[in-house]
Amino acid sequence: MTQDRILMAHGSGGLMSQRLIDEVFKQAWQNEIMEPMLDGAILQMPAGRLAMSTDSFVITPLFFPGGDIGKLSICGTVNDLLACGATPLYLSTAFIIEEGLPIAELRLIAESMAKTAREVGVKLVTGDTKVVEKGSCDGVFINTTGIGIIPEGIDYQPPRIQPGDKVIVTGYVGDHGLAILAQREGLTFSTPVVSDCAALYQLEEMVAKYGDAIKCMRDPTRGGLATVLNEIAVQAGIGIRVKEAAIPVAPAVKGACDMLGMDPLYMANEGKMVMFVAAAAARDLLFDLHQLSPTANAAIIGQVDAGPSGLVLIETELGAERILGILEGEHVPRIC
Amino acid sequence: MSNDVKDYQQHLLQAIQSFNGSASLMEVCGTHTMAIAKSGIRELLPPNIKLLSGPGCPVCVTSQGDIDAVILMVQQKDLILVTFGDMMRVPGTYSSLQEERSQGADVRVAYSPLDALRVARENPQNEVVFLGIGFETTTPTIAITLEQAAKEGLKNFSVFSLHKVVPPALELIFSDTDIKVDGLICPGHVSAVIGVKPYEILTDKYKKPCVITGFETQDILEGIYMLLQQLKKDEARVEIQYGRVVKPEGNPIARQTMERVFKPAAARWRGLGMIPASGLELREEYAGMDTRLKFGIPEIEELPIKGCACGEVLTGKISPPDCALFGRACTPLKPVGPCMVSHEGSCAAFYRYTPVKGRG
Amino acid sequence: MCLGVPAKVVEKRANDTARVDVNGNRTEINIRLTPEVEPGQYVLVHAGFAMEIIDESIALETMRYLEEMLQYEQ
Repeated sequence: MTQDRILMAHGSGGLMSQRLIDEVFKQAWQNEIMEPMLDGAILQMPAGRLAMSTDSFVITPLFFPGGDIGKLSICGTVNDLLACGATPLYLSTAFIIEEGLPIAELRLIAESMAKTAREVGVKLVTGDTKVVEKGSCDGVFINTTGIGIIPEGIDYQPPRIQPGDKVIVTGYVGDHGLAILAQREGLTFSTPVVSDCAALYQLEEMVAKYGDAIKCMRDPTRGGLATVLNEIAVQAGIGIRVKEAAIPVAPAVKGACDMLGMDPLYMANEGKMVMFVAAAAARDLLFDLHQLSPTANAAIIGQVDAGPSGLVLIETELGAERILGILEGEHVPRIC
Repeated sequence: MSNDVKDYQQHLLQAIQSFNGSASLMEVCGTHTMAIAKSGIRELLPPNIKLLSGPGCPVCVTSQGDIDAVILMVQQKDLILVTFGDMMRVPGTYSSLQEERSQGADVRVAYSPLDALRVARENPQNEVVFLGIGFETTTPTIAITLEQAAKEGLKNFSVFSLHKVVPPALELIFSDTDIKVDGLICPGHVSAVIGVKPYEILTDKYKKPCVITGFETQDILEGIYMLLQQLKKDEARVEIQYGRVVKPEGNPIARQTMERVFKPAAARWRGLGMIPASGLELREEYAGMDTRLKFGIPEIEELPIKGCACGEVLTGKISPPDCALFGRACTPLKPVGPCMVSHEGSCAAFYRYTPVKGRG
Repeated sequence: MCLGVPAKVVEKRANDTARVDVNGNRTEINIRLTPEVEPGQYVLVHAGFAMEIIDESIALETMRYLEEMLQYEQ
C-alpha cells in the first residue's frame, strides 16, 4: 500500500479495500476460520447454551497508558461474555474508520487486537470495514460481537442473588477512568495511574471451580462500581450494603479525584468484575482470586440484604450509612 | 485510619451526642454540605442538634436571571465559553449550558481559570469568555488570571463575573430573627483567604460562636464539638479548628490581588434577593475584559419558579424534605432549582445521601 | 465551595509556577498566592493554584481534644 492515510476509497469495496483488509487486518489476524474470507464465518459450535454479547468502542484518545481502542474492544466483549459465565470463543469486529487516519495507527490497533485475542484464547473470525468522511467519527469506532459457550449448570443472573450473599470487587476501582481523563486535553497532570484494561479470562477457572456458588457477575465499565451495584440491586430486587473502607482504591486515584472533585466509585473500569457469591464460598474464592495477578487486590466489599429493594447503602468511616446512588448526568471536574 | 484516630472520632461523636440542650448550627459552604452528607454525621446526631445548610454554594445562589443572561449570550454570540464543571447542568428558565453545548455551542469545562487563558492564546480569532463563579477561595485565582491576561495584552479574553463574597450573607442570616442559628461552622477555605476578622465583627455584634472548620470527617466533628463547648460555657468567640491551613490573618496577598482587580457591587442572591456590596465586579482598568461591558449583556429579570422553596432552604428556614417539590417534581435527574442541581446544593446532598427514612 | 487538596511542592519553576505531587500524581500549579513556599513543603491546591502553605506541625491526625474529653467522661 502506498498511501499512509486512510482514504474514502479504502471503504468503497474495490481494490483499495481489498488491500487494506489483506495488508492490515488479515496480516494481523490470520486464522483458519477467517482464511476463506467468506461473507460470514462458518463455526462448529459445541452443544449447549450460547452467550452472545456486543459492544461498541468510541474512546478517545485511541492510545492511552495501559492500552488502546483495539485491546479495549477485545477485553470489553470478552469480559461481558465471562460475566455470563461463558467461555468466550469467537469474535466479529466492525470498523468505522475516519478518512485521514494514519494507516500505521490502524495497524497498531489491529496487532493489539490480535495479541489480546491470542492471550485470551479467542478467535477473530469475521469483520467489516467502512470509511466515513473526515469529522464523522473520532479516528476509528470499533464494534465487537462475541459468542461463548456456557457450561452446564451455570446460570449467572441477578434473580439468583439472595440476602446474605457477599459482594466482591476484583481489584482497584477508577484506574481506567482516571488514566483516560489524564490523557485528554485540558488536564495537565501526569499520573502513574495506567488503565486496568484487561480480559479476565482467568475467571473461567473460578467459574469451573465455584459453579453456582457464584450468583452473578458484571464488569463495572461506564458509570463505575456504584452504577453497576445500583443496576443489579434493581434487577435482583435486593438491597446492597457496602463498606467504604473495604473498597480498594489506589492512592494516586484517590488523590487525583480529590483534586478534581470526582469520585472513583463512578469512574470506569476495564479490567474488573463485580461478583455476587454465596457467603459460604466467599472467603475461599477471595483467596483464589488473590493468587491471580489481575485480581490480586480483590476484596469483599459488602453484602446483600433483603431490602429496601434497589437501594445501595454505604457505611462511612464514622459508621453511619448513606445512599450510594447511581451516576446522574456527566461526571465532570468541579471546584466546589 | 489508625484505631486511635477511629476511637478519637467516636469520642467526639459521643461528646456531641451527650450535649444537653438544643443547638442549631449552620454551615455556609457547599463543600461542607457535601462532606457532612457523605460522612453520614447527620444520621448520628441526636435530635436536639440541628445542622442547617446556609447560602454557601456559589452555584446555588447564582440568580436565575444571571444564568439566563449567560445562556442567552452563548446562544446569540459567537464565542467560546469556558466554565467550571459545576455550572454545566444548572438550569436557567429554558435551558442549561449542557443543553446549549449539545445544540452546538462551544462550551468547555476547565479545572482552572488559567485553562481559559490557554484557550484564548490558542484561538486568537475567537472571543473567549470565562464564567467567573465562586467565593473568596476562587476569586483570587480569577484575579491573577485577569492580571496575567492584561500583562500578555490578550484582546480576545474576558470574564463574566458572578463572583460573590460571604460576610454580607452571614450578616443577613444573623440579623434575620426568623432564622434560628446558635453557631456558625465557618467555611475553611474561604477563611484561609479572609482570616478571622469578618467573623469577629459578627460575634461581637450577634454574640454567636464561629468555628473555622476543615472538610475531613474529623475536622467537622471537632468543629461541631468546639461550637457546642462554647455554647455550654455561654461563649461567643471565633476559633480556628482548621489550623493546619487557616491563619488568623488569612492570606493578605490573595485579598490584595482581589482588591486590585475587583470592586464590591450589589449582587442578586437566589433566595436572598439583592444584597449590597456582596458581589464583585471588575474595576475600570479591566473594563476591556469585563464580558458584560464588552458584549452589552442585559440584566435579566428573575422569574420566580412556582413552588420552588430554594430561598428558604438556602437560609436554613426549612430543611430540604420540607419543600413540597422535594423528591417529587424536583430530583437530581430533573431539578427545578439550583439547590437540587448543584452537586453540593443542600437538596441534592440530602436526596443523594440520606437513607430513605430521612427523606420526604 | 472550595475543593482543595494537599500537595507536596517538588520543584519551583519560572513564571510563578511549581511542580507538585498529589499522591504520586504530578501537576503544575501557580504559586502567586504563596510565593514564599519552598520544595518539600505542602500547599493547599484549589483550581490550579496554591492557596496556603500547610502547617505540618498541626497534622490532621492530631487528637487535640482527647484529653479534655477523657477528663470530662470521668
